[in-house]
Amino acid sequence: MYKLLLCVRYLRTRYIALASIISVMLGVATMIVVNSVMAGFTSEMRDRLHNFLADIVIESRTMEGIDHTDRQMAAVEAAAGEYIAAMTPTIDVPGMIMFEDPYNGKTITAQVMIQGIDPESKGHVGPLRDYLGSYNPEIEDGVVIREALRSRSEPLSWELTESATRYRDEMKLQESLEIRSAFEDESPPVKSEEPANGALDESPDFDAVAADTSHTVADQTPLVQDVFLQDSPLNKPESQIQTGAYPARVYLGEGIVSFQAQDPDTGKLHKVMLVQPGDDIILSTVTVGRPPEIVKMNATVVDSFRSGMNEYDTSVVLMNIKELQKNRGMQLDDAITSIHIRLKNYEDAPKAIAALQGAFPPGIVTIKTWEEKQGLLLSAVEVETAILNVLLFLIITVAGFGILAIFYMIVVEKTRDIGILKSLGASSNGVMSIFLYYGLGLGIVGSSAGVVLGLLFVRYINQIEDGLSWVTGRKVFDEKIYYFFEIPTYVNPAMVLSVALGAIGIAVLASILPARRAARLHPVRALRFE
Amino acid sequence: MAETIKMTKPLISAEAISKSYFKGQHRIPVLQGAGLKANRGEFISVIGQSGSGKSTLLHVMGLLDSPDIGEVILDGNRIDNLNQSARDQLRNHVFGFIFQFYHLLPELSLLENVMTPLMIRHSIFGYWAKRKEIRDAAMDIINQVGLGHRIKHRPSELSGGEMQRGAIARALVGKPEILLADEPTGNLDAVTGGGIMELLNSLNENQQLTIVMVTHDEAIAAQAHRTVRLAAGRIQLLARDEAA
Repeated sequence: MYKLLLCVRYLRTRYIALASIISVMLGVATMIVVNSVMAGFTSEMRDRLHNFLADIVIESRTMEGIDHTDRQMAAVEAAAGEYIAAMTPTIDVPGMIMFEDPYNGKTITAQVMIQGIDPESKGHVGPLRDYLGSYNPEIEDGVVIREALRSRSEPLSWELTESATRYRDEMKLQESLEIRSAFEDESPPVKSEEPANGALDESPDFDAVAADTSHTVADQTPLVQDVFLQDSPLNKPESQIQTGAYPARVYLGEGIVSFQAQDPDTGKLHKVMLVQPGDDIILSTVTVGRPPEIVKMNATVVDSFRSGMNEYDTSVVLMNIKELQKNRGMQLDDAITSIHIRLKNYEDAPKAIAALQGAFPPGIVTIKTWEEKQGLLLSAVEVETAILNVLLFLIITVAGFGILAIFYMIVVEKTRDIGILKSLGASSNGVMSIFLYYGLGLGIVGSSAGVVLGLLFVRYINQIEDGLSWVTGRKVFDEKIYYFFEIPTYVNPAMVLSVALGAIGIAVLASILPARRAARLHPVRALRFE
Repeated sequence: MAETIKMTKPLISAEAISKSYFKGQHRIPVLQGAGLKANRGEFISVIGQSGSGKSTLLHVMGLLDSPDIGEVILDGNRIDNLNQSARDQLRNHVFGFIFQFYHLLPELSLLENVMTPLMIRHSIFGYWAKRKEIRDAAMDIINQVGLGHRIKHRPSELSGGEMQRGAIARALVGKPEILLADEPTGNLDAVTGGGIMELLNSLNENQQLTIVMVTHDEAIAAQAHRTVRLAAGRIQLLARDEAA
């Protein structure tokens, strides 16, 4: 009994022990916060990867793809239909994109992954609607700056929205006016000449095409001819504008055609789009011929998408699959390169894969779950989390050494009291357990406080972030960089429990040495100690 | 306690105790064959210069220290060679210690200090079951030493005399057979020291408590039944053999 009484008293009267309680508390709180945020980020990232990739991907081993979409899909259905909720054919092929920067007139060329999709079935496999700009309101700094342009019930298609049509209309008009004035002045058209000169030395091939494009657009579209005929071109009928758009339509990854610019007045970052829905771009890719030849496609931008995975948003161009087939010479065989499958229940993935592997000869396709496809990234994140945990646990170990030092001090300070207790008949084990209980109590108090502090921090992390941003004057957590409006967190109770128990264990371990020293003190020498 | 009057066999005896300490390489002999017998109900004082080994003799008798040579015999049984746990038990049940510097635990109140030996004796559950008895026993002893109004005070809030009375209460709460007092008045003025001696005398008379007291003060020593003089680790002479 005296053990408990004394260790409670020591806890209450030795303020130096507070130092070790605080270090345990901070260690535990840090571990909980970091783990929760890491887990939040990881699960958010997994969700995004998963959503973009679908549950299972059947992929052709070559870029030429596999023939006869219908037959392949039927084979998939026959092999594993019971597990499958939805599937969509896809063509993946690397390519280049070229578009004009409206701010300085330069032509921008970038490497992209062109993905031919069928939006309707793609929408059943993954949350495509959540990605597309026109289905979602535009939010900046938590304020809606543009409402959604389409209702959620509108089917996914390659049609331009009304505002995109109107925008296209105005742009074409302006272009045609420029061309006309250029003809009248007998001077070269400003808009088409500039990019050609500006980027000539970098990539002459694409520049030639770029210079060519604006003429092509002007020459080919009936709209332009109307403009020449009509005095009041703004009143032209909508149907004529529709025909102006190319049959190849694309959804562009937002990161390809946008950048973050700082507002000179407010200092705030905001998104600048270089290409709007309704603009035209040029894509080039390779045909399925042998050897593959470069093929150029004019395409009209229907929408931009943002999946939240930076890797995809800065490199993927979604295009209508039929046009991509046609341009690549795949339409005769109706070939595709992959089939994305969503399962009814993801737990059935191994069974579904086994069934599919029976249906497809292994030399032609690979069949993988999204996790297998992204295995490297996922395991990298796991390793990162593990290393971080080891480092953070070292912090608690450091706190443990603090406890050891402080306890040693307390044992020295209490030497005479230990002698007294022994003279009253306390056993060595009893004296030792005073200090073990003391360590245990300190660990419990420290880690409970740490758990409370950590959970509060996680609960109010966004408010804390706001406060820190306000104090430092700059955004600590920029949602535009991370694509999160709020810091995602996930508190795993097992993690909290093991962190708390680990900290308590370390506190007890650290008190063993001082406790043994206390137990071994000779009573007479302890009593004489001044 | 009528049977204690017989005094045929000493209650405790230390026989031919030798003990030395090491200071670095040097062996310093403290006790060189000192012996002491105390009968039940006897009040013995041990007097000697500083460093004469009188405290060490007391510690050896009270099992706080072990002799290099010699034996300690309690009621006819040798106790100095017992194992650690039996020695702890004996210290708790048979011996009561009081010290020159009182040695109360500074974190505990007077009542808690007095209860400490009983808390050590009982496990947590045993204590919980008997907490009322233990508290009553402690209160009883505290009232006997005249500190009933000070039970909530910490040692630092008590005077020297009060602290020593508290220490005596703590020594007695476990109903020991032998009280070992190491200069109990050494740190007190004459009047307060006199009060403590009166208390010890009355305990000896009323409860037939066996007391072995170490002191360097002749006047204090004279209040015991018998005085043993210790010099250079040996018993010099039996100074008096008078009844109290």
